[in-house]
Amino acid sequence: MSQRGELPKWVDVGLIPALNLLLALLATSVIFLLINENPIECLGIMIKGAVGSLKGWSYLLYYTTNFIFMGLAVAVAFHAGLFNIGGEGQGYIAGLGAALIGLNLEFLPWFITIPLAILASVAFGALWGFVPGYLQAKRGSHIVITTIMFNFIASSLMVYLINYWFRPIGKMAVESREITGAYILSFREIARQFFDFKYPASPLNLTVFLAFLVAWAVWYFLWRTKLGYAIRAVGLNSDAAIYAGIKPQRIIMIAMAVSGGLAGLVAVNEVLGAQHRLLLEFVQGAGFVGIAVALMGRNHPIGIVLAAMLFGLLYQGGTELSFAKTHINRDMVVVIQGLIILFMGALENAFRPWLTALFFKADD
Amino acid sequence: MTTPAIELIHIDKRFGPVHANKDVTLSVGQGSIHGIIGENGAGKSTLMSILFGFYAADSGEIRVKGQPVKIKSSSDAIAQGIGMVHQHFMLVDPFTVLENVVLGVEGGALIGPALAKARSELKRLADDYDMQVNPDAIVGELPVGLQQRVEILKALYKGADVLILDEPTGVLTPDEADHLFRILGTLRDQGKTVILITHKLREIMAITDHVSVMRRGELVANFETKDTSVDELAEAMVGRSVLLHVEKGKATPGEMVLEVKDLVWRDSKNVARVDHVSFSVRKGEIVGIAGVSGNGQSELLDCIAGITKPTSGEIIFEGKSIGQLADPRHLREEGLAHVPEDRQHRGLITAFDASESSILGWQFEEELGHGFRLNRKKVVESCLREMKEFDVRPANPLLKSAKFSGGNQQKIILAREMSSNPDLLIIGQPTRGVDIGAIEFIHKRIIELRDAGKAILLVSVELDEIRSLSDRIIVMFAGKVMGERDSSADERDIGLLMAGVQKGVAA
Amino acid sequence: MLDILLSAETLSSTIRMSVPLIFACLAGLWSERSGIVDIGLEGKMLAAAFTAAAAGAYLGSPWLALLLAIGVSILFSLVHGYAAINQRGNQVVSGVAINMLAAGLAVVLGNEWFKEGGRTPPLPPEAQFPVFHMPGFSAIQSIPVIGPYINVLSGHSVLVYVAFALVPLSAWGLAKTRFGLRLRAVGENPHAVDTAGISVTKLRYQAILIAGVLCGFAGTYLSVALQGSFVRDMTAGRGFMALAALIFANWRAWPSMWACLLFGYLQAVGLRMQGFKIGAVEIPVQFINMLPYVMTVVLLAGFIGKSTPPRASGTPYTKDR
Repeated sequence: MSQRGELPKWVDVGLIPALNLLLALLATSVIFLLINENPIECLGIMIKGAVGSLKGWSYLLYYTTNFIFMGLAVAVAFHAGLFNIGGEGQGYIAGLGAALIGLNLEFLPWFITIPLAILASVAFGALWGFVPGYLQAKRGSHIVITTIMFNFIASSLMVYLINYWFRPIGKMAVESREITGAYILSFREIARQFFDFKYPASPLNLTVFLAFLVAWAVWYFLWRTKLGYAIRAVGLNSDAAIYAGIKPQRIIMIAMAVSGGLAGLVAVNEVLGAQHRLLLEFVQGAGFVGIAVALMGRNHPIGIVLAAMLFGLLYQGGTELSFAKTHINRDMVVVIQGLIILFMGALENAFRPWLTALFFKADD
Repeated sequence: MTTPAIELIHIDKRFGPVHANKDVTLSVGQGSIHGIIGENGAGKSTLMSILFGFYAADSGEIRVKGQPVKIKSSSDAIAQGIGMVHQHFMLVDPFTVLENVVLGVEGGALIGPALAKARSELKRLADDYDMQVNPDAIVGELPVGLQQRVEILKALYKGADVLILDEPTGVLTPDEADHLFRILGTLRDQGKTVILITHKLREIMAITDHVSVMRRGELVANFETKDTSVDELAEAMVGRSVLLHVEKGKATPGEMVLEVKDLVWRDSKNVARVDHVSFSVRKGEIVGIAGVSGNGQSELLDCIAGITKPTSGEIIFEGKSIGQLADPRHLREEGLAHVPEDRQHRGLITAFDASESSILGWQFEEELGHGFRLNRKKVVESCLREMKEFDVRPANPLLKSAKFSGGNQQKIILAREMSSNPDLLIIGQPTRGVDIGAIEFIHKRIIELRDAGKAILLVSVELDEIRSLSDRIIVMFAGKVMGERDSSADERDIGLLMAGVQKGVAA
Repeated sequence: MLDILLSAETLSSTIRMSVPLIFACLAGLWSERSGIVDIGLEGKMLAAAFTAAAAGAYLGSPWLALLLAIGVSILFSLVHGYAAINQRGNQVVSGVAINMLAAGLAVVLGNEWFKEGGRTPPLPPEAQFPVFHMPGFSAIQSIPVIGPYINVLSGHSVLVYVAFALVPLSAWGLAKTRFGLRLRAVGENPHAVDTAGISVTKLRYQAILIAGVLCGFAGTYLSVALQGSFVRDMTAGRGFMALAALIFANWRAWPSMWACLLFGYLQAVGLRMQGFKIGAVEIPVQFINMLPYVMTVVLLAGFIGKSTPPRASGTPYTKDR
């Protein structure tokens, strides 16, 4: 209300997140100490493992690709005032679209198959987001609960489909056959085919460029289109939106479909880019990392790209750490992730009253 | 003379820049009904919230039966024998009447005995005060009048000697209100003290013994009800503030732009908040709707703007029934502009920058970007143009809307709506919380729009504003049109209509 | 077909599978009736499961294991309470954080302590809870056909009976006690509670503590009694299934038990068959697994019956009106 209660912008978008992150890192350090490790040494190993080599960078960017898509998915829903916890399921179901096209249209040239497969991924993800959106808008079902339920439904459904429909007869592993037609080239293949350069083995593929492009597109969509304007208006103040002739119910459904579609792009990176097949649980928790990424990136594409890279570093660094110190499990990354969500999300205002008091004391 | 039941001594309270209670001293006699009357924002509710421990006063003293007491929370107030019936009921809807009554005074770890005790106690209270209510009814399913009765029973069950009622009749039908007054009379006769907060003079005259008038945070007058008159109270309530002078020529009304016929809007509890309202607005005139807030003006505006659908009746805008258009977007395309009453919650989006707020409602316009696109440059340019034309300071379209002062926020909204060159402009509270300089500016612009031959419908709780701007004045009370006056009408005359008193009708 | 659906083993397994659900569902019941949404049931249960298994392995006493598990679960509850009640933070975000924290910590610490990739060693017999046998059960057991069905009721870990005893206790506590009355009120209209002179904060903390204790039971039962050790992600979505059961039960105690038994039955059947046939159509086991979630979605959408959460759930209390 009053101008006085507000902190300067740099405090809001700079200092407070930085303090929260610091707190999360402090808590992380405590856990390192708990397992008798030097936190600074471990952090060093993680950073070096992620950015100290071309291979490290490749993995970092491969993880980043997934996290950008999922972070954007959470952010678009958030701008409409919705909490989409269903990225995991939306990305998983999207794998169906990617695999259906990739496996069945192998006879077509790549420049038809690949765009179609991408579109199919987006469409399947969008559908899995749209339904909870519809149920929220028209039936009043709470989006959080519905998207959680949809994650589990997706999980069972995919086990069934991969096992009964995609698994080649006689094959033991529960996965589809390999996509042998068009897939998205990895950096390693490109280096070998076009540049005669030996690039280290990594799942990094061209989808990473799509991720940056989509981050820009989401920015354009939210801040440079009428629909994006309507989505933000509904999320910030649905009364004002109604006054402005915007129909919140419609916006909720659209935003959830867009959100699901973005989550669906993870399938492009995984199924078409990295694995060339449909695997069980290939999303690997990226949907939940997306929540952390969006929280940390303050729901802005630039912030999301940066936060996704930070989490990419964390994931790759975590893997390297578990190689270097065999008794530290890779799940350390999940702990850090949880702490970041806790301190940057649920406790984001912990410093606010304290800083407000500090600033206004300085003013008076 | 007996000790007063309640004494409030030099109570002072600020909410940031708002001085809600200025050095208020008030004494309420035992066994009486004491009315507190005043306009919106006069500080009545704040004063009573302090007495009930909901807010702490910045300074001042509270005495109960002559003893100075500290009331830090509602439980302190309850312990002092003070009960309050809030404007928004503090009831747990899915609970039974009994469960609601015993909440907080269960008297033991199990509620069985408390429920049994409350059942017999309720029966006694019902007999004593004529307040029958089924103890096993689910409160959420009871009509509003009975819910209020439960609130009163709750307070009495907790041993209240002093009962505060905040605008108790706002949600009641006249019959229910009459019954309430009979109950309050009985309570007084049995020695209870009642404090009645209201803006309705009829109620004050009908049932109070004493009345205090509040205006702008101050307690300005005390009367014995039998020694005062409706006119005297109306004058004290409104005050004799200087009429803001607005240069204004005579109106030359042209053809009909808006016609409202027999309009009714009922809320979810089936109470008619807009009750058979009819009026019209022509080109080149300003029609003002006066009334204390909460008397149906907001709902009326929402119906006209297409935000809510009327229950029955008709709205005709430029010869077409809004029923077919009823959607803010289409109405805007047809030439209706709307400055909403609540600037912060509707008129703009405080988290948006000024340029984004400056297109709220007009975001679909082709001029702001072709097709799906929104041309940022054009949005900023048009905002800057409007800011210059309406002297918005700072003229920075990229500044967050929340950072502008109230007056400048209002100018952003007015600029947005007026620059669309509407045939009809509806404005709610054009100058609420706006500084003097901006008020003059806004008033001038409204007159200019009228002189350009546009139709204007104005709603304001500021009677001065209504009187200085309007060519015709309609007064609303309890959802109904109480009467129509021209701009030269006597202030007191309009004040009476606002308080629900019609000339020639006994108060 | 029918022999699996109605066999004594399936029904007995139903009881065992439903127990962690019942504990967790009642935890959710107490928390959400006070207006605090608890997405973190899963995480608290997992943390408790790990603590109990680890403590059991070290200390060899099931009761100490239970006590420690409850303590850890309460710790997570307090974090959630601080975020949701004091900081007025987003309760869903806090719950998500707790789930991750628990899942990660259990594996990291487990690996550090037992060096088995996050597993805990199998519990020795003395770390097991006593089993309760109905009097005369061996005589009944020998009766043909109906005899084996005594195992549905008899021969479970004592925690099973605790879970079922907690159902009427919760129902009674919510309906008949002062605490229950106030708790229900604060979940519906905290303003009413505040104006009645009762502390909203204190009530909600009490509710959250109860949820912590019950999640402690849920986790302990899972790792100690049901599986005999801890393995990563062993809750496998049970916390969310309990949440689903709670919605299904419309936030009431007795129906919660029935919903948990139903979901437990589906789990038990799912474990015992790889799909079953209705006529010529085979229903794969995955469809049985997803049934609880599908049913919850359908119910929430109001297509069958209606489920209404406590009105104030998920919204932090602020005094301003």
